[in-house]
Amino acid sequence: MDFSALSPVSLIVSLMVAATPILIAAIGELVVEKSGVLNLGVEGMMIIGAICGFIVAVETGSPWLGFLAAMAGGAAISFIFAILTQYMLTNQVATGLALTLFGLGFAALLGHSYAGIKPPKFGTLDIPFISDIPVIGPLIFSHDYMIYISLMIVAGVWYFLTRTRGGLVLRAAGENHDAAHALGYKVIRIRIMAILFGGAMAGLGGAYLSLVRVPQWTEGMTAGAGWIALAIVVFASWKPWRIILGAYLFGGITVLQLNLQAAGANIPVAYLSMTPYLVTIIVLVIMSADKKRASLNAPACLGRIFHASN
Amino acid sequence: MFKLERRPNPSKAMVIMTPILAVVLTMIAGGILFAILGKNPFEAIRIIFWDPLFNDTVASYTRPQLLIKASPLIMIALGLSFGYRANIWNIGAEGQFIMGAVAGGAVGLAFYPTESVLIFPLMVLAGAVGGFLWAMIPAFLKIKFNANEILVSLMLVYVAINFLGAMVTGPLRSPVGMNFPVSRNFNEYPSAYNGEMIANTGLHMGVLVTLAAVIVAYILLKHHIFGFQVRTAGQSPRAAKFSGVNPNITIAICLGISGGLAGMAGLFEVTGPAGKLSTNFPLGYGFTAIIVAFLGRLNPIGILFAGLLMALTYIGGELAQFQLSVPAASIQVFQGMLLFFMLAVDILVSFRIRLASREVA
Repeated sequence: MDFSALSPVSLIVSLMVAATPILIAAIGELVVEKSGVLNLGVEGMMIIGAICGFIVAVETGSPWLGFLAAMAGGAAISFIFAILTQYMLTNQVATGLALTLFGLGFAALLGHSYAGIKPPKFGTLDIPFISDIPVIGPLIFSHDYMIYISLMIVAGVWYFLTRTRGGLVLRAAGENHDAAHALGYKVIRIRIMAILFGGAMAGLGGAYLSLVRVPQWTEGMTAGAGWIALAIVVFASWKPWRIILGAYLFGGITVLQLNLQAAGANIPVAYLSMTPYLVTIIVLVIMSADKKRASLNAPACLGRIFHASN
Repeated sequence: MFKLERRPNPSKAMVIMTPILAVVLTMIAGGILFAILGKNPFEAIRIIFWDPLFNDTVASYTRPQLLIKASPLIMIALGLSFGYRANIWNIGAEGQFIMGAVAGGAVGLAFYPTESVLIFPLMVLAGAVGGFLWAMIPAFLKIKFNANEILVSLMLVYVAINFLGAMVTGPLRSPVGMNFPVSRNFNEYPSAYNGEMIANTGLHMGVLVTLAAVIVAYILLKHHIFGFQVRTAGQSPRAAKFSGVNPNITIAICLGISGGLAGMAGLFEVTGPAGKLSTNFPLGYGFTAIIVAFLGRLNPIGILFAGLLMALTYIGGELAQFQLSVPAASIQVFQGMLLFFMLAVDILVSFRIRLASREVA
């Protein structure tokens, strides 16, 4: 086995790239769940974002427009979920699943003539001299822009949820929707906005996959990333900063097993490819084992249908 | 604007009407989709829903396909429906389907080339056990560690897909397959082959088992204490607890039933219609079965019809691919829309839609 190609710096850089799609999708889902809605359609919204972003980036030549389109696409498809769960009072688990099944199909339909194309290159930060400093330069100052943006989104979500009135109202809707309603807050409207934000973030994460990480369009390319994002929200105990920890941990495992595959480890590739999913299960088990703590962290009204009787 | 008004009792008429309404709405929306794709919508709908059954030139091939495709969907959906009633969400049936096929297939291949009538029943048993054990993982982790069964069962799908890959490139690779990642062909091994029982009907062993499962599920649900327990556990967990239902046992039974049925479906599929284990074996039946379960309103008889309808969309979708060259994915979109509409119109069962008059203060 040849480990000489594995330098710690390049490992960390590639783990950040591997983690970012999940990071962005997970922070969006965190806001949705904080408002009391469980949207299991992350996988579907991500893949819609992946293809919308890819198509627009290829057609316009601008990755930035691609990312915008991905957010719009993700939000648009999450709007179906919003209407169904908030106005038609459908079961959130079933509707989320429907969103995933529909999204996977719809993305394949949109993208069937886009396979095998290279998207336009996305820029990386390049500050003269500073980006060239050994170790610190590649670790901090020369990522692609979206990595910095993803961290800013996490900071923004943290600030919004814990330091603003809007965040307080959103959490109130998630903890006790009847009380929030009685206080005059528009529970349905808050939740729809949260769902749209979650959709936009999932779309953005998906586009990062198709425009930066891979970068290419293939059918079903999310390969469970949306579901892993859902697991990371549980791992993070619904706390924004811990999303980064969870996503980077997951990214690290992905990169490690990919490197082991490339280095020709004496383990069949299929077993190595299982590891990210197995680790996700183990992490879920560890985080949920303490029932009292787990139920303390989860929003109390998560997944419950709200219908104002008057 | 419109206003929702809760009905005093769920409407019985709507229970039957809503799936039909959902299908009609899907046909309309699907027609619009085909029109956008530049195809004649009426022709497309006819090819999908009518031609596979009644068009003389293709029906001799497509009609038998109906049972072949519907049988695994119905078998898996039946298992899922118990859990869904009790709010236990096994969405990893695809993984249990694969593990059933691998376990049962491995048992059969271990006996190759011995011929015996006992081999096939043993394989079916191994398939059911394989799926059952795979479903016991989320059940155990849920009971013991409170881990979310939705995420665990789904993660295990990807593990199962990779495990299948490891098996067909390793221990189960066919010695006569020129190193391709496939297992031995089951149709070259009579004792392990799940062939058609009556030529050109699509009727195989799995179809009979599916029909039996529908009947058993119906009796369980309507006339057995287990059906009552599942229904109360879903509608009111607290009430279920007071009436002596152990939630942990309900979790284990619901996941176990669905895993066992999915595993058995996988075994019947791999030994018959698919013919061999390969990396192309997973076709997504485990996911489509979720749609079937809901379209059938989690009711065994409903699931029977829903499975046949969903099989029709698969077969008709293939025809439409051939004749109209619509992309393969459009049928997946079609099935996804069906689930959306089914969930949406479900509101008519327990609510009335009224035109709301502005209230005067």
